[in-house]
Amino acid sequence: MKKTIITVVGNDTVGIIAKVCTYLAENNVNIEDISQTIVQGYFNMMMIADFGKAQKDTATISRELGELGDSIGVIIRCQHEDIFNMMHRI
Amino acid sequence: MINIFEVNETNKMIEQENLDVRTITMGISLMDCIDSDLDRLNEKIYNKIVSKAGNLVEVGDRIAEEYGIPIVNKRISVTPIALIGSAACKCSADFVAIARTLDRAAKEVGVNFLGGYSALVSKGMTPAEELLIESIPQAMAETERVCSSVNVGSTRTGINMDAVKLMGEIVLQTAKATKDQDSLGCAKLVVFCNAPDDNPFMAGAFHGVTEADCIINVGVSGPGVVKTALEKVRGKDFETLCEMIKRTAFKVTRVGQLVALEASKALNVPFGIVDLSLAPTPAIGDSVAEILQEIGVERAGAPGTTAALALLNDQVKKGGVMAAEAVGGLSGAFIPVSEDQGMIDAVNDGALCLEKLEAMTCVCSVGLDMIAIPGDTKATTIAGIIADEAAIGMVNQKTTAVRLIPVIGKGVGEVVEFGGLLGYAPIMPVNSFSCDVFVERGGQIPAPIHSFKN
Repeated sequence: MKKTIITVVGNDTVGIIAKVCTYLAENNVNIEDISQTIVQGYFNMMMIADFGKAQKDTATISRELGELGDSIGVIIRCQHEDIFNMMHRI
Repeated sequence: MINIFEVNETNKMIEQENLDVRTITMGISLMDCIDSDLDRLNEKIYNKIVSKAGNLVEVGDRIAEEYGIPIVNKRISVTPIALIGSAACKCSADFVAIARTLDRAAKEVGVNFLGGYSALVSKGMTPAEELLIESIPQAMAETERVCSSVNVGSTRTGINMDAVKLMGEIVLQTAKATKDQDSLGCAKLVVFCNAPDDNPFMAGAFHGVTEADCIINVGVSGPGVVKTALEKVRGKDFETLCEMIKRTAFKVTRVGQLVALEASKALNVPFGIVDLSLAPTPAIGDSVAEILQEIGVERAGAPGTTAALALLNDQVKKGGVMAAEAVGGLSGAFIPVSEDQGMIDAVNDGALCLEKLEAMTCVCSVGLDMIAIPGDTKATTIAGIIADEAAIGMVNQKTTAVRLIPVIGKGVGEVVEFGGLLGYAPIMPVNSFSCDVFVERGGQIPAPIHSFKN
Protein backbone atom coordinates (compact mmCIF):
# COMPACT_ATOMS: atom_id res chain seq x y z
CA MET A 1 0.00 0.00 0.00
CA LYS A 2 1.35 3.42 -0.98
CA LYS A 3 1.83 5.90 1.82
CA THR A 4 0.78 9.50 2.19
CA ILE A 5 3.16 12.13 3.48
CA ILE A 6 1.49 14.67 5.76
CA THR A 7 3.43 17.87 6.39
CA VAL A 8 2.56 20.50 8.97
CA VAL A 9 4.31 23.87 8.84
CA GLY A 10 3.59 27.02 10.84
CA ASN A 11 4.02 28.94 14.07
CA ASP A 12 4.66 26.65 17.03
CA THR A 13 1.75 26.50 19.48
CA VAL A 14 0.57 24.06 22.13
CA GLY A 15 -1.29 21.01 20.87
CA ILE A 16 -0.55 20.92 17.12
CA ILE A 17 0.53 17.28 17.14
CA ALA A 18 -2.32 16.34 19.47
CA LYS A 19 -4.98 17.87 17.23
CA VAL A 20 -3.60 16.36 14.02
CA CYS A 21 -3.16 12.93 15.61
CA THR A 22 -6.66 13.02 17.13
CA TYR A 23 -8.16 13.76 13.72
CA LEU A 24 -6.15 10.94 12.12
CA ALA A 25 -7.14 8.47 14.87
CA GLU A 26 -10.81 9.36 14.51
CA ASN A 27 -10.57 8.66 10.81
CA ASN A 28 -8.68 5.38 11.17
CA VAL A 29 -5.47 6.63 9.58
CA ASN A 30 -2.39 4.83 10.87
CA ILE A 31 0.75 6.90 11.50
CA GLU A 32 3.91 4.93 10.72
CA ASP A 33 6.56 7.55 11.30
CA ILE A 34 6.79 11.07 12.67
CA SER A 35 9.69 13.47 12.52
CA GLN A 36 9.61 17.01 13.74
CA THR A 37 11.98 19.93 13.74
CA ILE A 38 12.02 23.70 14.09
CA VAL A 39 13.26 25.46 10.93
CA GLN A 40 13.95 29.20 11.24
CA GLY A 41 11.51 29.43 14.14
CA TYR A 42 8.76 27.54 12.35
CA PHE A 43 7.24 24.30 13.53
CA ASN A 44 7.89 21.67 10.90
CA MET A 45 6.49 18.13 11.08
CA MET A 46 6.33 15.25 8.66
CA MET A 47 4.25 12.10 9.10
CA ILE A 48 4.22 8.98 7.00
CA ALA A 49 0.66 7.74 7.12
CA ASP A 50 -1.34 4.82 5.78
CA PHE A 51 -4.80 5.81 4.53
CA GLY A 52 -5.61 2.21 3.57
CA LYS A 53 -8.20 1.59 6.32
CA ALA A 54 -9.72 5.06 6.36
CA GLN A 55 -13.43 5.32 5.60
CA LYS A 56 -13.16 8.70 3.91
CA ASP A 57 -11.33 9.08 0.61
CA THR A 58 -7.92 10.72 0.42
CA ALA A 59 -9.22 13.94 -1.13
CA THR A 60 -11.71 14.42 1.73
CA ILE A 61 -9.14 13.77 4.44
CA SER A 62 -6.72 16.08 2.67
CA ARG A 63 -9.34 18.86 2.56
CA GLU A 64 -10.42 18.37 6.18
CA LEU A 65 -6.81 18.37 7.39
CA GLY A 66 -6.30 21.60 5.46
CA GLU A 67 -9.28 23.10 7.28
CA LEU A 68 -7.98 21.84 10.64
CA GLY A 69 -4.66 23.52 9.82
CA ASP A 70 -6.45 26.80 9.08
CA SER A 71 -8.17 26.63 12.48
CA ILE A 72 -4.88 26.26 14.39
CA GLY A 73 -2.82 28.58 12.17
CA VAL A 74 -0.60 26.04 10.40
CA ILE A 75 -0.45 24.71 6.84
CA ILE A 76 -1.22 21.00 6.55
CA ARG A 77 -0.64 19.16 3.29
CA CYS A 78 -1.18 15.58 2.18
CA GLN A 79 0.89 14.31 -0.71
CA HIS A 80 1.35 10.88 -2.23
CA GLU A 81 4.80 9.60 -1.22
CA ASP A 82 5.80 8.89 -4.83
CA ILE A 83 6.56 12.53 -5.63
CA PHE A 84 9.33 12.38 -3.01
CA ASN A 85 10.48 8.89 -3.95
CA MET A 86 10.76 9.86 -7.59
CA MET A 87 12.69 13.03 -6.87
CA HIS A 88 15.08 11.74 -4.22
CA ARG A 89 15.58 8.04 -5.03
CA ILE A 90 16.97 6.48 -8.19
CA MET B 1 12.59 5.89 3.79
CA ILE B 2 11.99 9.49 2.80
CA ASN B 3 13.16 11.97 5.43
CA ILE B 4 11.88 15.36 6.48
CA PHE B 5 14.70 17.26 4.75
CA GLU B 6 13.91 15.69 1.38
CA VAL B 7 10.21 16.43 1.85
CA ASN B 8 11.02 20.02 2.76
CA GLU B 9 13.32 20.40 -0.24
CA THR B 10 10.60 19.27 -2.64
CA ASN B 11 7.92 21.42 -1.07
CA LYS B 12 10.20 24.45 -1.03
CA MET B 13 10.74 24.01 -4.76
CA ILE B 14 6.98 23.93 -5.29
CA GLU B 15 6.00 26.73 -2.92
CA GLN B 16 8.87 29.19 -3.23
CA GLU B 17 10.64 28.41 -6.48
CA ASN B 18 7.70 27.93 -8.85
CA LEU B 19 8.35 24.25 -9.60
CA ASP B 20 5.45 23.02 -11.67
CA VAL B 21 4.49 20.73 -14.48
CA ARG B 22 3.91 23.24 -17.24
CA THR B 23 1.64 21.15 -19.40
CA ILE B 24 0.04 17.79 -19.93
CA THR B 25 -0.63 17.72 -23.64
CA MET B 26 -2.75 15.01 -25.20
CA GLY B 27 -1.76 14.32 -28.79
CA ILE B 28 -4.73 13.14 -30.85
CA SER B 29 -4.50 11.80 -34.40
CA LEU B 30 -7.32 13.05 -36.63
CA MET B 31 -6.34 10.83 -39.58
CA ASP B 32 -9.42 8.66 -39.11
CA CYS B 33 -11.66 11.75 -39.34
CA ILE B 34 -10.71 12.56 -42.94
CA ASP B 35 -13.78 13.00 -45.12
CA SER B 36 -14.51 14.77 -48.40
CA ASP B 37 -17.65 16.33 -46.89
CA LEU B 38 -16.78 19.37 -44.78
CA ASP B 39 -19.73 19.08 -42.38
CA ARG B 40 -19.05 15.41 -41.72
CA LEU B 41 -15.35 16.15 -41.27
CA ASN B 42 -16.10 18.84 -38.68
CA GLU B 43 -18.46 16.55 -36.81
CA LYS B 44 -15.93 13.72 -36.71
CA ILE B 45 -13.14 16.03 -35.52
CA TYR B 46 -15.29 17.44 -32.74
CA ASN B 47 -16.46 14.01 -31.60
CA LYS B 48 -13.00 12.49 -31.60
CA ILE B 49 -11.44 15.31 -29.58
CA VAL B 50 -14.26 15.38 -27.05
CA SER B 51 -14.29 11.59 -26.64
CA LYS B 52 -10.51 11.30 -26.20
CA ALA B 53 -9.90 14.39 -24.07
CA GLY B 54 -13.15 14.61 -22.11
CA ASN B 55 -11.41 13.64 -18.85
CA LEU B 56 -8.08 15.33 -19.48
CA VAL B 57 -8.63 18.40 -17.32
CA GLU B 58 -10.24 16.45 -14.50
CA VAL B 59 -7.42 13.87 -14.43
CA GLY B 60 -4.79 16.62 -14.52
CA ASP B 61 -6.40 18.42 -11.60
CA ARG B 62 -6.71 15.19 -9.61
CA ILE B 63 -3.01 14.32 -10.08
CA ALA B 64 -2.05 17.86 -9.09
CA GLU B 65 -4.03 17.52 -5.88
CA GLU B 66 -2.80 14.02 -5.05
CA TYR B 67 0.88 14.88 -5.37
CA GLY B 68 0.68 18.52 -4.35
CA ILE B 69 2.33 19.70 -7.57
CA PRO B 70 0.72 22.40 -9.75
CA ILE B 71 -0.09 21.27 -13.29
CA VAL B 72 -0.46 24.63 -14.96
CA ASN B 73 -1.91 23.74 -18.34
CA LYS B 74 -3.91 20.93 -19.87
CA ARG B 75 -3.70 21.06 -23.66
CA ILE B 76 -4.33 19.17 -26.88
CA SER B 77 -2.34 18.77 -30.05
CA VAL B 78 -3.82 17.34 -33.24
CA THR B 79 -2.59 16.12 -36.62
CA PRO B 80 -1.65 19.04 -38.90
CA ILE B 81 -4.99 20.29 -40.20
CA ALA B 82 -3.65 20.91 -43.72
CA LEU B 83 -3.55 17.11 -44.10
CA ILE B 84 -6.89 16.44 -42.41
CA GLY B 85 -8.77 19.10 -44.36
CA SER B 86 -7.18 18.50 -47.76
CA ALA B 87 -10.03 16.37 -49.15
CA ALA B 88 -12.83 18.60 -47.87
CA CYS B 89 -11.55 22.18 -48.06
CA LYS B 90 -11.96 23.97 -51.36
CA CYS B 91 -11.16 27.44 -50.09
CA SER B 92 -9.57 29.18 -47.10
CA ALA B 93 -12.96 29.74 -45.50
CA ASP B 94 -13.45 25.95 -45.34
CA PHE B 95 -10.28 25.69 -43.25
CA VAL B 96 -11.49 28.49 -40.98
CA ALA B 97 -14.60 26.39 -40.36
CA ILE B 98 -12.34 23.60 -39.07
CA ALA B 99 -10.54 26.12 -36.84
CA ARG B 100 -13.89 27.08 -35.33
CA THR B 101 -14.66 23.40 -34.71
CA LEU B 102 -11.30 22.95 -32.95
CA ASP B 103 -11.99 26.02 -30.82
CA ARG B 104 -15.43 24.69 -29.87
CA ALA B 105 -13.94 21.29 -28.94
CA ALA B 106 -11.17 22.93 -26.87
CA LYS B 107 -13.76 24.93 -24.94
CA GLU B 108 -15.98 21.89 -24.42
CA VAL B 109 -13.19 19.84 -22.80
CA GLY B 110 -11.80 22.87 -20.95
CA VAL B 111 -8.23 23.02 -22.31
CA ASN B 112 -6.71 26.49 -22.69
CA PHE B 113 -4.94 25.86 -26.00
CA LEU B 114 -5.22 23.39 -28.85
CA GLY B 115 -2.33 23.18 -31.32
CA GLY B 116 -2.15 21.71 -34.79
CA TYR B 117 -3.69 24.25 -37.12
CA SER B 118 -0.55 23.52 -39.04
CA ALA B 119 1.10 22.83 -42.36
CA LEU B 120 4.43 21.07 -42.94
CA VAL B 121 5.83 22.58 -46.11
CA SER B 122 9.60 22.32 -45.81
CA LYS B 123 10.00 21.14 -49.42
CA GLY B 124 6.84 22.25 -51.15
CA MET B 125 3.23 23.22 -50.62
CA THR B 126 0.16 21.28 -51.74
CA PRO B 127 -2.86 23.40 -52.75
CA ALA B 128 -4.51 22.48 -49.44
CA GLU B 129 -1.44 23.59 -47.47
CA GLU B 130 -1.45 26.91 -49.28
CA LEU B 131 -5.14 27.36 -48.49
CA LEU B 132 -4.56 26.59 -44.82
CA ILE B 133 -1.68 29.06 -44.60
CA GLU B 134 -3.77 31.74 -46.30
CA SER B 135 -6.57 31.09 -43.79
CA ILE B 136 -4.35 31.59 -40.72
CA PRO B 137 -5.03 35.33 -40.18
CA GLN B 138 -8.79 34.83 -40.20
CA ALA B 139 -8.57 31.60 -38.17
CA MET B 140 -6.45 33.29 -35.48
CA ALA B 141 -8.83 36.27 -35.39
CA GLU B 142 -11.99 34.18 -35.14
CA THR B 143 -10.83 31.62 -32.59
CA GLU B 144 -9.57 31.99 -29.06
CA ARG B 145 -7.72 28.78 -28.20
CA VAL B 146 -6.47 27.41 -31.52
CA CYS B 147 -2.72 27.61 -32.16
CA SER B 148 -1.09 27.50 -35.55
CA SER B 149 2.34 26.50 -36.80
CA VAL B 150 4.03 26.17 -40.17
CA ASN B 151 7.24 24.22 -40.74
CA VAL B 152 9.15 25.92 -43.55
CA GLY B 153 12.45 24.06 -43.50
CA SER B 154 14.49 21.14 -42.23
CA THR B 155 18.06 19.90 -42.24
CA ARG B 156 17.06 17.13 -44.66
CA THR B 157 15.09 19.25 -47.12
CA GLY B 158 16.50 22.75 -46.95
CA ILE B 159 14.31 25.84 -46.67
CA ASN B 160 11.18 26.47 -48.70
CA MET B 161 11.69 30.15 -49.48
CA ASP B 162 8.30 30.48 -51.18
CA ALA B 163 6.74 29.47 -47.86
CA VAL B 164 9.07 31.81 -45.96
CA LYS B 165 8.00 34.73 -48.13
CA LEU B 166 4.35 33.80 -47.71
CA MET B 167 4.73 33.49 -43.92
CA GLY B 168 6.23 36.99 -43.75
CA GLU B 169 2.98 38.25 -45.25
CA ILE B 170 0.80 35.94 -43.13
CA VAL B 171 2.40 37.06 -39.85
CA LEU B 172 1.70 40.67 -40.79
CA GLN B 173 -1.86 39.91 -41.92
CA THR B 174 -2.49 38.01 -38.66
CA ALA B 175 -1.26 41.05 -36.74
CA LYS B 176 -3.66 43.26 -38.70
CA ALA B 177 -6.58 40.85 -38.29
CA THR B 178 -6.13 40.94 -34.49
CA LYS B 179 -5.01 44.58 -34.14
CA ASP B 180 -7.84 45.31 -31.68
CA GLN B 181 -6.15 42.89 -29.25
CA ASP B 182 -2.63 44.28 -29.77
CA SER B 183 -2.02 41.74 -32.56
CA LEU B 184 -2.48 38.83 -30.15
CA GLY B 185 -3.10 36.44 -33.07
CA CYS B 186 0.65 36.36 -33.74
CA ALA B 187 1.28 34.97 -30.24
CA LYS B 188 -0.59 31.86 -31.43
CA LEU B 189 1.43 31.44 -34.62
CA VAL B 190 4.88 29.84 -34.89
CA VAL B 191 7.08 29.41 -37.96
CA PHE B 192 9.42 26.43 -37.55
CA CYS B 193 12.47 24.78 -39.01
CA ASN B 194 12.93 21.12 -37.96
CA ALA B 195 9.61 21.09 -36.05
CA PRO B 196 9.36 18.09 -33.71
CA ASP B 197 6.37 15.73 -33.98
CA ASP B 198 5.90 15.36 -30.23
CA ASN B 199 6.25 18.86 -28.80
CA PRO B 200 3.82 19.47 -25.90
CA PHE B 201 4.44 23.24 -25.70
CA MET B 202 2.30 25.89 -27.36
CA ALA B 203 1.95 27.60 -29.68
CA GLY B 204 3.95 25.13 -31.77
CA ALA B 205 2.47 21.80 -30.66
CA PHE B 206 1.05 19.45 -33.25
CA HIS B 207 0.55 15.67 -33.29
CA GLY B 208 2.89 14.39 -36.00
CA VAL B 209 1.85 11.72 -38.47
CA THR B 210 4.57 9.43 -37.14
CA GLU B 211 2.78 9.29 -33.77
CA ALA B 212 0.23 6.80 -32.40
CA ASP B 213 -3.53 7.43 -32.31
CA CYS B 214 -3.45 9.14 -28.93
CA ILE B 215 -0.55 9.88 -26.56
CA ILE B 216 0.31 11.89 -23.46
CA ASN B 217 3.29 14.25 -23.58
CA VAL B 218 4.38 16.25 -20.58
CA GLY B 219 6.38 19.46 -20.41
CA VAL B 220 8.20 20.22 -17.17
CA SER B 221 9.52 23.52 -15.99
CA GLY B 222 11.46 25.03 -13.14
CA PRO B 223 13.75 27.97 -13.95
CA GLY B 224 13.28 29.21 -10.37
CA VAL B 225 14.49 25.89 -8.95
CA VAL B 226 17.66 25.99 -11.06
CA LYS B 227 18.26 29.65 -10.20
CA THR B 228 17.95 29.00 -6.45
CA ALA B 229 20.21 25.92 -6.65
CA LEU B 230 22.89 27.97 -8.43
CA GLU B 231 22.91 30.54 -5.63
CA LYS B 232 24.68 27.85 -3.58
CA VAL B 233 27.62 27.61 -6.01
CA ARG B 234 28.42 31.30 -6.52
CA GLY B 235 32.08 31.83 -7.38
CA LYS B 236 32.72 28.12 -8.00
CA ASP B 237 34.18 26.75 -11.26
CA PHE B 238 32.19 25.59 -14.30
CA GLU B 239 32.43 21.91 -13.40
CA THR B 240 30.69 22.58 -10.08
CA LEU B 241 28.14 24.82 -11.78
CA CYS B 242 27.31 22.20 -14.42
CA GLU B 243 27.01 19.45 -11.84
CA MET B 244 24.49 21.53 -9.90
CA ILE B 245 22.37 22.22 -13.01
CA LYS B 246 22.36 18.51 -13.89
CA ARG B 247 21.31 17.44 -10.41
CA THR B 248 18.52 20.00 -10.32
CA ALA B 249 17.30 19.18 -13.82
CA PHE B 250 17.18 15.52 -12.80
CA LYS B 251 14.93 16.25 -9.85
CA VAL B 252 12.63 18.52 -11.81
CA THR B 253 12.30 16.03 -14.64
CA ARG B 254 11.50 13.15 -12.28
CA VAL B 255 8.35 14.99 -11.28
CA GLY B 256 7.40 15.32 -14.95
CA GLN B 257 8.01 11.63 -15.49
CA LEU B 258 5.81 10.75 -12.50
CA VAL B 259 2.97 12.98 -13.71
CA ALA B 260 3.28 11.64 -17.25
CA LEU B 261 3.00 8.03 -16.09
CA GLU B 262 0.09 8.79 -13.77
CA ALA B 263 -1.79 10.69 -16.47
CA SER B 264 -1.12 7.95 -18.98
CA LYS B 265 -2.48 5.33 -16.58
CA ALA B 266 -5.53 7.34 -15.51
CA LEU B 267 -6.51 8.23 -19.07
CA ASN B 268 -5.58 4.82 -20.49
CA VAL B 269 -3.52 6.54 -23.16
CA PRO B 270 0.11 5.58 -23.90
CA PHE B 271 2.87 7.80 -22.53
CA GLY B 272 4.80 9.62 -25.24
CA ILE B 273 7.63 11.81 -24.02
CA VAL B 274 8.74 14.20 -21.33
CA ASP B 275 9.92 17.52 -22.71
CA LEU B 276 12.84 18.65 -20.51
CA SER B 277 12.35 22.34 -20.83
CA LEU B 278 13.09 25.35 -18.71
CA ALA B 279 9.98 27.32 -19.56
CA PRO B 280 9.80 30.71 -17.89
CA THR B 281 6.71 32.71 -16.97
CA PRO B 282 6.38 36.41 -16.24
CA ALA B 283 6.19 35.58 -12.50
CA ILE B 284 9.08 36.86 -10.38
CA GLY B 285 11.63 34.09 -9.81
CA ASP B 286 10.50 32.01 -12.80
CA SER B 287 12.97 33.39 -15.30
CA VAL B 288 15.65 31.84 -17.53
CA ALA B 289 17.34 35.25 -17.82
CA GLU B 290 17.82 35.24 -14.03
CA ILE B 291 19.65 31.90 -14.31
CA LEU B 292 21.99 33.48 -16.86
CA GLN B 293 22.56 36.34 -14.40
CA GLU B 294 23.24 33.84 -11.63
CA ILE B 295 25.79 32.12 -13.89
CA GLY B 296 27.58 35.46 -14.06
CA VAL B 297 26.39 37.92 -16.71
CA GLU B 298 25.03 41.22 -15.42
CA ARG B 299 22.04 41.12 -17.77
CA ALA B 300 20.89 38.64 -20.42
CA GLY B 301 22.54 39.91 -23.59
CA ALA B 302 25.89 40.88 -22.03
CA PRO B 303 29.03 39.27 -23.54
CA GLY B 304 29.18 35.69 -22.26
CA THR B 305 25.41 35.22 -22.48
CA THR B 306 25.52 32.83 -25.43
CA ALA B 307 28.12 30.63 -23.74
CA ALA B 308 26.16 30.65 -20.48
CA LEU B 309 22.98 29.68 -22.32
CA ALA B 310 24.82 26.94 -24.24
CA LEU B 311 26.05 25.27 -21.06
CA LEU B 312 22.66 25.68 -19.36
CA ASN B 313 20.83 24.10 -22.29
CA ASP B 314 23.24 21.18 -22.42
CA GLN B 315 23.27 20.46 -18.69
CA VAL B 316 19.46 20.54 -18.53
CA LYS B 317 19.39 17.80 -21.15
CA LYS B 318 22.14 15.76 -19.49
CA GLY B 319 20.39 15.88 -16.13
CA GLY B 320 16.96 15.28 -17.56
CA VAL B 321 17.67 12.42 -19.93
CA MET B 322 18.38 9.96 -17.15
CA ALA B 323 15.33 11.07 -15.20
CA ALA B 324 12.81 10.31 -17.90
CA GLU B 325 11.84 7.14 -19.70
CA ALA B 326 11.48 8.86 -23.06
CA VAL B 327 12.55 12.37 -23.92
CA GLY B 328 11.46 14.48 -26.85
CA GLY B 329 9.79 17.67 -27.95
CA LEU B 330 11.88 20.79 -27.71
CA SER B 331 13.86 19.98 -24.53
CA GLY B 332 16.14 22.79 -23.41
CA ALA B 333 15.99 26.37 -22.23
CA PHE B 334 13.32 28.61 -23.73
CA ILE B 335 14.19 32.27 -24.20
CA PRO B 336 10.90 34.05 -24.91
CA VAL B 337 10.97 37.77 -24.25
CA SER B 338 7.44 38.63 -23.14
CA GLU B 339 7.10 35.55 -20.93
CA ASP B 340 10.27 36.16 -18.90
CA GLN B 341 10.66 39.13 -16.54
CA GLY B 342 14.47 38.97 -16.69
CA MET B 343 14.40 39.13 -20.50
CA ILE B 344 11.99 42.07 -20.42
CA ASP B 345 14.29 43.89 -17.99
CA ALA B 346 17.28 43.14 -20.23
CA VAL B 347 15.49 44.69 -23.23
CA ASN B 348 14.39 47.72 -21.23
CA ASP B 349 17.93 48.26 -19.94
CA GLY B 350 19.34 48.13 -23.47
CA ALA B 351 21.31 44.93 -22.81
CA LEU B 352 19.46 42.74 -25.30
CA CYS B 353 18.75 43.34 -28.97
CA LEU B 354 17.22 41.19 -31.70
CA GLU B 355 20.62 40.29 -33.14
CA LYS B 356 21.91 39.01 -29.78
CA LEU B 357 18.71 37.01 -29.36
CA GLU B 358 19.36 35.47 -32.77
CA ALA B 359 22.83 34.42 -31.63
CA MET B 360 21.32 32.93 -28.47
CA THR B 361 18.90 30.86 -30.54
CA CYS B 362 21.87 28.96 -31.98
CA VAL B 363 22.32 27.30 -28.59
CA CYS B 364 18.89 27.41 -26.91
CA SER B 365 16.10 24.92 -27.43
CA VAL B 366 13.96 26.88 -29.88
CA GLY B 367 14.19 30.34 -31.34
CA LEU B 368 13.04 33.95 -31.53
CA ASP B 369 10.04 33.70 -29.28
CA MET B 370 7.36 36.20 -28.24
CA ILE B 371 9.20 39.23 -29.51
CA ALA B 372 7.16 42.37 -30.14
CA ILE B 373 8.34 44.46 -33.10
CA PRO B 374 6.95 47.67 -34.63
CA GLY B 375 3.66 47.27 -36.49
CA ASP B 376 5.02 48.99 -39.59
CA THR B 377 7.72 46.32 -40.14
CA LYS B 378 7.67 45.14 -43.77
CA ALA B 379 6.50 41.60 -44.61
CA THR B 380 9.78 40.96 -46.45
CA THR B 381 11.74 41.95 -43.34
CA ILE B 382 9.75 39.44 -41.26
CA ALA B 383 10.41 36.84 -43.97
CA GLY B 384 14.12 37.68 -43.82
CA ILE B 385 14.16 37.13 -40.04
CA ILE B 386 12.32 33.82 -40.53
CA ALA B 387 14.88 32.78 -43.19
CA ASP B 388 17.80 33.63 -40.88
CA GLU B 389 16.32 31.62 -38.05
CA ALA B 390 15.47 28.67 -40.33
CA ALA B 391 19.05 28.70 -41.64
CA ILE B 392 20.38 28.42 -38.08
CA GLY B 393 18.12 25.43 -37.49
CA MET B 394 18.89 23.80 -40.82
CA VAL B 395 22.67 24.04 -40.53
CA ASN B 396 22.84 23.17 -36.82
CA GLN B 397 20.35 20.29 -37.05
CA LYS B 398 18.17 21.77 -34.34
CA THR B 399 14.66 23.09 -34.02
CA THR B 400 14.36 26.82 -34.52
CA ALA B 401 11.21 28.88 -34.54
CA VAL B 402 10.01 32.43 -34.99
CA ARG B 403 7.11 33.89 -33.06
CA LEU B 404 7.20 37.60 -33.79
CA ILE B 405 4.41 40.01 -32.98
CA PRO B 406 4.34 43.08 -35.20
CA VAL B 407 2.10 45.23 -33.00
CA ILE B 408 -0.10 47.27 -35.32
CA GLY B 409 -0.21 50.95 -34.36
CA LYS B 410 2.72 50.75 -31.96
CA GLY B 411 6.40 51.53 -32.31
CA VAL B 412 9.77 51.08 -30.60
CA GLY B 413 9.73 51.95 -26.90
CA GLU B 414 6.04 51.28 -26.43
CA VAL B 415 4.82 48.29 -24.44
CA VAL B 416 2.32 45.63 -25.42
CA GLU B 417 0.35 43.64 -22.83
CA PHE B 418 -0.91 40.15 -23.69
CA GLY B 419 -1.89 39.03 -20.20
CA GLY B 420 -1.56 35.72 -18.35
CA LEU B 421 1.26 33.35 -19.32
CA LEU B 422 1.90 35.37 -22.49
CA GLY B 423 3.04 38.34 -20.42
CA TYR B 424 3.99 41.77 -21.75
CA ALA B 425 6.80 43.05 -23.93
CA PRO B 426 8.62 46.23 -24.88
CA ILE B 427 8.62 46.69 -28.66
CA MET B 428 12.11 46.05 -30.01
CA PRO B 429 13.75 47.79 -32.96
CA VAL B 430 14.32 45.83 -36.18
CA ASN B 431 17.18 46.43 -38.62
CA SER B 432 15.62 48.76 -41.20
CA PHE B 433 17.81 47.84 -44.17
CA SER B 434 15.86 45.98 -46.87
CA CYS B 435 16.04 42.29 -47.85
CA ASP B 436 13.34 42.60 -50.54
CA VAL B 437 15.54 41.32 -53.37
CA PHE B 438 16.64 38.30 -51.35
CA VAL B 439 13.09 37.31 -50.35
CA GLU B 440 11.63 37.94 -53.82
CA ARG B 441 13.90 35.34 -55.45
CA GLY B 442 11.58 32.48 -54.44
CA GLY B 443 12.35 28.75 -54.66
CA GLN B 444 14.22 26.45 -52.31
CA ILE B 445 17.46 26.85 -50.37
CA PRO B 446 19.02 23.39 -50.76
CA ALA B 447 19.80 21.13 -47.81
CA PRO B 448 23.31 21.49 -46.39
CA ILE B 449 25.98 18.99 -47.38
CA HIS B 450 26.07 17.37 -43.92
CA SER B 451 22.42 16.33 -44.30
CA PHE B 452 23.44 13.58 -46.76
CA LYS B 453 24.07 10.87 -44.24
CA ASN B 454 22.82 7.75 -46.03
